[in-house]
Amino acid sequence: MLRFATLFLTWLSLSGPAMAQQADAPIQRLLQTHSDVLLESSRRTIGPAVDALANSGLPEAQVVLDKWQNKEMWVDEETGLFVYAEEIDRDTLRIYDFADGTEIGEVPDDAFDQLKPNSGIRGLIATALVQFQLSDPDPDTRRRALDAIERGAEESHLAALRVSLPNETDDTIRARKDRLERLLTIRYGETDAERITAIQSFGGDLSVDVRAALNPLLAVRVEAADALPDAPDIGRVLQPGSEALPRDEAYELLVGADLAKPRISREDQRNALVANISDGQVAGVQVATLDSQAARDMAYAALAEQGTVTAVATEAEVDDRLASHVFYERYIGAPPEVVAAAQLALQAIENKVHVNQAIDLGLDALSLASIYFLAAIGLAITFGVMGVINMAHGEFIMMGAYTGYVVQLFIPDYTLSIIVAIPLAFAVTFGAGVAMERLVIRWLYHRPLETLLATFGISIALQQLAKNIFGTQARPLTAPDWLDGSLVINDIVSISYIRIAIFVLALLFLALFLFVMNRTRLGLEVRAVTQNPRMAASMGINPDKINMLTFGFGSGIAGIAGVAIGLYAKVTSEMGSDYIVQSFMTVVVGGVGNIWGTLLGATMVGSLQKGIEWLNPSNTLAAQTYMILFIILFIQFRPKGIIALKGRAAEA
Amino acid sequence: MTDVSLPRREPFALRFPSVMVFVAILALFTVGVTILSEGFGIGVISTSFVKTLGKTLCLCLVALAMDLVWGYCGILSLGHMAFFGLGGYAIGMWLMYARTEIIVLESLAAAPLPPTPQEVSDGIASQIFGVVGASEFPPIWAFAHSLPLQLLAVVLVPGLLALVFGWLAFRSRVTGVYLSILTQAMTLALSLHLFQNDSGLRGNNGLSGLQNLPGQSDVSQDIVSLWFFWGSALALGLGYLLCAWIVSGKFGSVIRAIRDDEARVRFLGYPVEAFKLAIFTVTAVIAGIAGALYYPQAGIINPAELAPIASIYLAVWVAIGGRGRLYGAVIGAAFVSLVSTWFTGGQAPDINLGFYTISWVDWWTVLLGLSFVCVTLYAPKGIGGLVDILIDRKGPNRHGADLGPDQGALREQEADK
Amino acid sequence: MSTLLEVSGVSVSFDGFKAINNLSFQIADAELRAVIGPNGAGKTTFMDIITGKTRPDEGRVVYGDRGDSLLKMSESKIAQAGIGRKFQRPTVFEDQSVFDNLMMALKKTRGPLAVLFFKPTKDDNDKVADLAEQIGLSGALHRKSGELSHGQKQWLEIGMLLAQDPRLLLVDEPAAGMTPAEREHTTDILREAAKTRAVVVVEHDMEFVRRLNCKVTVLHEGSVLAEGSLDHVTKNQQVIEVYLGR
Repeated sequence: MLRFATLFLTWLSLSGPAMAQQADAPIQRLLQTHSDVLLESSRRTIGPAVDALANSGLPEAQVVLDKWQNKEMWVDEETGLFVYAEEIDRDTLRIYDFADGTEIGEVPDDAFDQLKPNSGIRGLIATALVQFQLSDPDPDTRRRALDAIERGAEESHLAALRVSLPNETDDTIRARKDRLERLLTIRYGETDAERITAIQSFGGDLSVDVRAALNPLLAVRVEAADALPDAPDIGRVLQPGSEALPRDEAYELLVGADLAKPRISREDQRNALVANISDGQVAGVQVATLDSQAARDMAYAALAEQGTVTAVATEAEVDDRLASHVFYERYIGAPPEVVAAAQLALQAIENKVHVNQAIDLGLDALSLASIYFLAAIGLAITFGVMGVINMAHGEFIMMGAYTGYVVQLFIPDYTLSIIVAIPLAFAVTFGAGVAMERLVIRWLYHRPLETLLATFGISIALQQLAKNIFGTQARPLTAPDWLDGSLVINDIVSISYIRIAIFVLALLFLALFLFVMNRTRLGLEVRAVTQNPRMAASMGINPDKINMLTFGFGSGIAGIAGVAIGLYAKVTSEMGSDYIVQSFMTVVVGGVGNIWGTLLGATMVGSLQKGIEWLNPSNTLAAQTYMILFIILFIQFRPKGIIALKGRAAEA
Repeated sequence: MTDVSLPRREPFALRFPSVMVFVAILALFTVGVTILSEGFGIGVISTSFVKTLGKTLCLCLVALAMDLVWGYCGILSLGHMAFFGLGGYAIGMWLMYARTEIIVLESLAAAPLPPTPQEVSDGIASQIFGVVGASEFPPIWAFAHSLPLQLLAVVLVPGLLALVFGWLAFRSRVTGVYLSILTQAMTLALSLHLFQNDSGLRGNNGLSGLQNLPGQSDVSQDIVSLWFFWGSALALGLGYLLCAWIVSGKFGSVIRAIRDDEARVRFLGYPVEAFKLAIFTVTAVIAGIAGALYYPQAGIINPAELAPIASIYLAVWVAIGGRGRLYGAVIGAAFVSLVSTWFTGGQAPDINLGFYTISWVDWWTVLLGLSFVCVTLYAPKGIGGLVDILIDRKGPNRHGADLGPDQGALREQEADK
Repeated sequence: MSTLLEVSGVSVSFDGFKAINNLSFQIADAELRAVIGPNGAGKTTFMDIITGKTRPDEGRVVYGDRGDSLLKMSESKIAQAGIGRKFQRPTVFEDQSVFDNLMMALKKTRGPLAVLFFKPTKDDNDKVADLAEQIGLSGALHRKSGELSHGQKQWLEIGMLLAQDPRLLLVDEPAAGMTPAEREHTTDILREAAKTRAVVVVEHDMEFVRRLNCKVTVLHEGSVLAEGSLDHVTKNQQVIEVYLGR
């Protein structure tokens, strides 16, 4: 064979320009040794060949595997020598020698056969390649190899990892390799002891991949038996009819294990009965009488007696069979000791996960609370301080958001546009608030129900106006890039920057409110007018002006809140009404006339809603419903809110 | 003993002429519509307009309820359209169940075996709840098969909800705008609940096909629409008489006093909360009945009908009509809802300003909102105030001073006597 | 004479301010009593506590023959038990006629159902007419009470109180804003009423109190400063200080 090949080579070298192939290079020899299996290309028999290549220690083996995997390995039909090649065009190949990678020349492809490994074989090759990649001098290649293993780990990777681990020079890569090695040991470790050690090494690790590695170990199969077997791999005992094991499923299990007679579905029973109708009767029963389940059961039983259909279990038999068996889970994922260790480890992780979920939930609640606070703070001023119910407050929020949207139409830079939008939104809604106070509210002081109705009218009109101008579809208010993304603390706890920004904004507003009310002349006058307008007027304060400014201030804050909320949610003409009831709830729950109450109210409403959402994550509508119900009940017991004013001040 | 003249006990009708006038007008209107209808008359009024008129009568009835609770008792409830919707849902459940049952029975009749009750029930359930991906009856449909029980639900469900909510709210002395906001929250919670698919009432699909009376498929809608029209007119007439009777006697005196000065009434020894609760519950029941008559004429009910905005519009009607007088509520509801229909239905001619065309479909709501503001500001008596001008009756001249002892409550002059 | 109302050791504070401080007070059946005191002495709060509007932080309020505690009763229950109150500002239902106002106040079952099915009998009408006569409003029975003069409103309110037929009448500044003639009439009405029931009058006007000619209780900073005849208390050094000293 070899001699023949040499001869052929000689012939080749004569016929081609630079056609010389090292037929006796070690790699070529190795390939020739496994030539038969290579050419057979069968998933069943290829194993030894791949192993031989992988374990040959030859540096060229990687190239071979690589090319083979990419379907670039060809075999010379006559000599049987393997080469790799590029297809230059449909008929021509440029072939290379595996031994040293030199180009042999361009040849017609008639004389060569391409090796076409199927996907199974390619998988084997890829696995074999990993060990080369793991020890590749290029760190990027090593990282890519680790990525690949993380995506789809296989048993053989474990050995490869272990081989490459001692020689790793890069610290971070070594850490990754080490971690991956332990993860794979959990899955594929040979002895229970090493698997348990690996499991224990992950105590309290929150990463998803640890849980992904541990969970399969706890896989169970539900089994049924007359009595509970006394074996170490038995898990929970299940009650048929419980949530974990519905009655039908339990019975199916018995049927599947040949422990009970099959049942028949109502539909099959009906079909069987229909199939056996003759002369208006089924097994001697008049068809017209088969209008109840009991009658049909009897008719079917009669058919079964005749032998026309197979007998099925009656409900009584089903109950009897279920009662006389025990249903239990058997651990099939791992040996019992490993299961125990995994359970312990998972328990520790779960505990930590719960703590972190609670933190995450808390952050969520906090950011929702900030939004409610932002929406409510303007109300706290107009309603709480002035006692004016402004049902159009939600529409002021909407106006602020639309102002932001319009600004972004003119200023494409998102950062700049937000900086412009915030004062502009304040100005627009301040103006709207002042106009509303002058035109409507001031005629209605001390007539709260009428104020409520008149502002409803304004709210309806403004909402429709926004619809007419901006259309019904949602408009985007885009946050600048630096607000994109989230602050990720671990796999569970993360919070988006925009929520942090809203939280900060809420704090700023709180500070602004406190400053204006307690440290400025305006705040002093506002408090004076609130407490005793006549006295304030006699001291030279113009209550009209103060009321106007206060109302404008409250409305302006609503406008800024609108920009913030618009960044977080979509801008629509109805966005105001989404917040108005919650905002009023926030103010009322907190206690009217007290900013700290509003803060507490927002915190309570926000955390309540998030809490309920957490209990029932699929349904935010239900969360809102229950939250409102809770607030209605809360107001029953603290009608004046969390922070209640007492005495004459409360009655003013 | 003095010779002071005391009011003689005249018959109810004579003491309150406006009631008789109203009943007479309603009767004439009903007869007139019947004569002009397609079903029994000369066909001048289309069937769809008969339905619109019938629906308007139902809206007038719920406006009456609103006037009683707000105009007379001072409770600005933003929940009465929710009670209205609940009445609609209660009757809608039976209508939908019974009609689907007939369809399912028909389709199962062709099957080789007679259907079992379970098959019938499954068939109906999958027909009704297919849209929300369910195929079993939720528990609240337990009585849907029975017309008497669902009719009872029309009264009981809004009544009980009002009773429980009102008891909670009034007991803790929630009054004024707080109460309004609380009722609005209740309405919002209810509509959000109904929007969920697992509420058992088909989520935002609502109930549909309610215009078809089960078992009366051979009666044309021309006739059915008149049946409901008559029913609505009768309900409105009876409702008006009931309300007029309630407000005419000492009870009316007490609830108006509660509206004007709740604390004072309490010091007179009246259990204010019980009175408020009674009025709140009775008006909720009236609203429920109105809804049960309305939705079979509308044909469809969905949770959007219960949204807080609907109750706000109800307050708008009553305010525009003139609260504190029963006919004011009726006038307001009829006027605003019919004008709304006219404008939003696209019949109103658009106004071309050259640079912009005002399309009333878009701008009507703006106009309504602003006119509402104007009514609140300039004509707190609403349209009903015109009646005062007509019969030349003025309130006492207070020279611009606040009405009543306490600031904050505007007290309208009563108009029923 | 048996004690009708006993207030003992009652305190109440609003946001730290002690409006009533360990106040004790007693009144017997058919006794007329005047309560005087400077502004902020807690006169109105004192009435609020008795009528159930304000709940005290501590103390007891016992009323009637059976010695029921008023602290657990609602305002309407207290009113039904026979305690009537007249406010500082006249609070009548201005939108309703004098007749309706009096009829509403007439002592009857107060439950909603009873009220709904109430029909005035001849006897009721007569009673209303009598009351109107007593308060001098016979001619104004069918006028809206909002149209009455200030003094007439005060009388109407007193009339409503009498219609309630209370055992204890609390009257807050009845003479405020009245002409001298009206005052005299008011004094007569109160003295007449005190023949059959206990009457507590809170008043600023010493002249008016003198005309009532009854025992006087002086309140100061939420507690009783002095008690006795008007001459007795006006000689009290502390009282003089409180009224004139500041």
